[in-house]
Amino acid sequence: MALILDLVVQGLQMLLVLLLAPLLTGFVRKVKARLLLRRGPPLIQPYRDLARLMRKEVVLAENASWLFRVSPYLIFAATWVAASLVPTFRTGLLFSWSADLIVIIALLGSARFFLALAGLDVGTSFGGIGSSREMMIASLAEPAMIMVVFTVALLAGSTQLSTMAAFLVSSEVGLRVSLGLALFALIMVAIAENARIPVDNPATHLELTMVHEAMVLEYSGRHLALIELSASLKLLLYVSLIACLFVPWGLMPAGAAVALLAIGILAYIVKLAAGGFLLALFETSIAKMRVFRVPEFLGAALMLGLLATLLLFVSRSL
Amino acid sequence: MVLLALACAAVLIATAPLALAIQEPTRARQAIYGICLIASSALLVIAVLALLGIARTPSTAILPLGIPWLGARFRLDALSAFFLAVVAVGAAAASLFALGYGRHEAAPRRVLPFYPAFLAGMCIVVLADDAFTFLVSWEFMSLSSWALVMAHQRVPDNVRAGYVYLIMASFGTLALLLMFGLFAGPDGSYAFADMRAAELSAGAAGAVLILALIGAGSKAGLVPLHVWLPLAHPAAPSHVSALMSGVMTKVAVYGFVRIVFDLLGTPAWWWSMVVLALGGITAVMGVLYALMQHDLKRLLAYHTVENIGIIFIGLGLALAFKAHGMALAAALALTAGLLHVFNHSIFKSLLFFGAGAVLTATGERDMEHLGGLIHRMPQTAFVFLVGCAAISALPPLNGFVSEWLTFQAILLSPQIPSWGLKLLVPAVGALLALSAALAAACFVKAFGVTFLGRARTPAAAHARETDRFSLAAMFFFAALCLVAGILPGAFIDALAPVVQSLVGARMPVQSGVDWLSIVPVAESRSSYNGLLVFLFMLLSGALAAWAIHRWASDKVRRAPPWDCGYPDASPATQYTASSFAQPIRRVFGAVVFRAREHVHMPAPGALEPARLTVDMRDLVWDSLYAPVAGGVSFAADRLNHLQFLTIRQFLSLVFAALVLLLLVLAIWP
Repeated sequence: MALILDLVVQGLQMLLVLLLAPLLTGFVRKVKARLLLRRGPPLIQPYRDLARLMRKEVVLAENASWLFRVSPYLIFAATWVAASLVPTFRTGLLFSWSADLIVIIALLGSARFFLALAGLDVGTSFGGIGSSREMMIASLAEPAMIMVVFTVALLAGSTQLSTMAAFLVSSEVGLRVSLGLALFALIMVAIAENARIPVDNPATHLELTMVHEAMVLEYSGRHLALIELSASLKLLLYVSLIACLFVPWGLMPAGAAVALLAIGILAYIVKLAAGGFLLALFETSIAKMRVFRVPEFLGAALMLGLLATLLLFVSRSL
Repeated sequence: MVLLALACAAVLIATAPLALAIQEPTRARQAIYGICLIASSALLVIAVLALLGIARTPSTAILPLGIPWLGARFRLDALSAFFLAVVAVGAAAASLFALGYGRHEAAPRRVLPFYPAFLAGMCIVVLADDAFTFLVSWEFMSLSSWALVMAHQRVPDNVRAGYVYLIMASFGTLALLLMFGLFAGPDGSYAFADMRAAELSAGAAGAVLILALIGAGSKAGLVPLHVWLPLAHPAAPSHVSALMSGVMTKVAVYGFVRIVFDLLGTPAWWWSMVVLALGGITAVMGVLYALMQHDLKRLLAYHTVENIGIIFIGLGLALAFKAHGMALAAALALTAGLLHVFNHSIFKSLLFFGAGAVLTATGERDMEHLGGLIHRMPQTAFVFLVGCAAISALPPLNGFVSEWLTFQAILLSPQIPSWGLKLLVPAVGALLALSAALAAACFVKAFGVTFLGRARTPAAAHARETDRFSLAAMFFFAALCLVAGILPGAFIDALAPVVQSLVGARMPVQSGVDWLSIVPVAESRSSYNGLLVFLFMLLSGALAAWAIHRWASDKVRRAPPWDCGYPDASPATQYTASSFAQPIRRVFGAVVFRAREHVHMPAPGALEPARLTVDMRDLVWDSLYAPVAGGVSFAADRLNHLQFLTIRQFLSLVFAALVLLLLVLAIWP
């Protein structure tokens, strides 16, 4: 019985992240538009876009290889698996032991690896510029992320997300300098990883400033739909991760009653909305930076993460 | 058991003259590589039997070889068995690959005799049980590989590569010779068993560690002793490059582990700091050098430097834990390092095979002249992609497992009481994470520029898929990458006797864990299940594909590329290897390589082209090797006068030397 419930919860989580991801993207767009005193597209516009792209035929560049056609599925699979393993409304997911936080980061790394390869596949200059810059950004964002993982893992004594969340919601955490530093580093990494302003602009149409959009320039139809969906899933994953680690209130423990799960889901949606709103607010209040300012931004994140880890190595109470 | 292994090695040595006896090149090739394949497969079976404890280990033998009345000692214990397995699996696959690849060899008689000798040398090093046998076989391995590096001696730069290699190899052996001298003392014995029992003073043990780091580290490619590696490894024929990069560097790691973990006894606290710092620097420097290359084989060789760094980080952590009596954590760190030894030997050999296949198909090693090969060589492209993903530590392949275990070991290290380590280990962790991320960038570049995009030269446009033997070897290793990635528990368990014998503890038994997960310490702490992650990815990808093709569109239309409306037919408009690495060069290269970009822009109206030149310097070479080389040549010039003395001057010189030596002897206490 418990196993069936666990299975249902895991399945529910997989569906929930898949269904909520476009909504979060739509919500951020809407809030950004309202903040700029525009009306903005309706909340469900991302779903419509996806449905429209799914129905269209794929226009494939003449020299695109099999890798170009397989990559969207690989990227989607890796991102979806990663997003399904981050506790959203309940800890102790059925399969959470199969992959810890380091694996989740590495899964996102796999998705990025194939996306960058797909950018190079057709052999256009824009694809190359996107891939090259994406890997430069990733080469700093990934170590910064690992340092954040180290910080939280050293505190919680585990790299399992469920255990981490259970530890962070308990009263023995308290206010810690290292956690504060890690939070800042994580937010900076999340902004860079999701190609948001000030690192990259998700709504850009100026080719020379594009990073993520330049890589996917040659994609169309269902392939583009999958990539857009993966991008939304990734944004949702990072907001869930920040919520799970730093705002764990409302996260139901394993074995909670069904009624409590409903509260958990509600709390999760509130957290997503708050995260989306803050992201939109941040994005409208800051200008995009030049590409070669990004390493300084991410270098700062790396240093913050390293400092947080170092503090924990020196003293367990910091 | 050890006698059987030695018999296989003897067969390999006996094969070397056979290469000269058979005149007809095709038959010689088939005979030599065929025998090597059989002998190394037999060695692999022996090694695996010994490692799994099915055969009796350790098994020893004393043969009447080498110095009379001393004999040569050999021993096959768990550590030797593991490294013998690494050597044998690499050798077997390289021989299989060479059955096809050797067809394109321009000078087969310069390769065939030395190839089996090189294999035999590596096998005997890991079996040796006394200093004399160890050093002789080590030097045999170096010299036979040097002969293979010099196989294409007419290619520009290969002679210089061979020269640098010879000097560095001799220098490394010198360090090892001095080290064994320290071990043996004035009345010591050559046998490893006596060294294991010997009690060295703290100073002598420290000196042994430093000399072992120089001797084994120069062969393995630790920064700053790596300079010969990216020159020599690419110069050899590709199957030999695979062996040198994938396997010979591991024999060097074996030397280090044997000396420091087995012979030296309890480590001092500062040893691990030296090893960790060198490992961390090596990892990041290796991958940064690799990113700056556009020669495919040289890029792979620099990547070997990076992976050696990762292995030494694991070994350094194990030393740190061992020095502080944390046996379980030491077992975890050592397992991580040794597992990376195995993993790296697999995927690095695979990648060098792929580079060899590209080389025979196009005649090019320079990535700037390749491109679009995925259309012409789809199978090679697929296995090369598997290798790239594995070396970039992407789940669910094998490279990720060993890096994950290393991270887990780092997370155990705050319990170490030493303050130096408390500050060093997080920094090393950051360096490890940085090198992993940079490695992914590097292999996006390597695969993307070589195999994707459009062909940049006619040679690349008309490439043909490689032969069946080469493909079989590559597919075998690609499959091994996946198997070791999704079933890591079996490999960790196989390493348990090795780790047990070196640090006195082992990782928890993995075979009993549910669902074939791996659990390094405790389930609540961390666990990873490569099989499930692989299945989940497969399932969700297949589900998405099925759902889309069932309910949404599955139509495809081919059209010219979009490229924002300005597609350019010239393949020169694509991103090249250098332009791909340019952002990273700007971020890291300005400090590490003193990289400077100079733009020469002609005046308006002038007809000359604009030029961009990049000026990069190898600081290790400039600051360490150039002064030494300058000093040596200066001294040689001065000493040159001694060759033109008269007989009287020579005699007085001899007399003066004699008097001086007698004086020293008289004053010596």
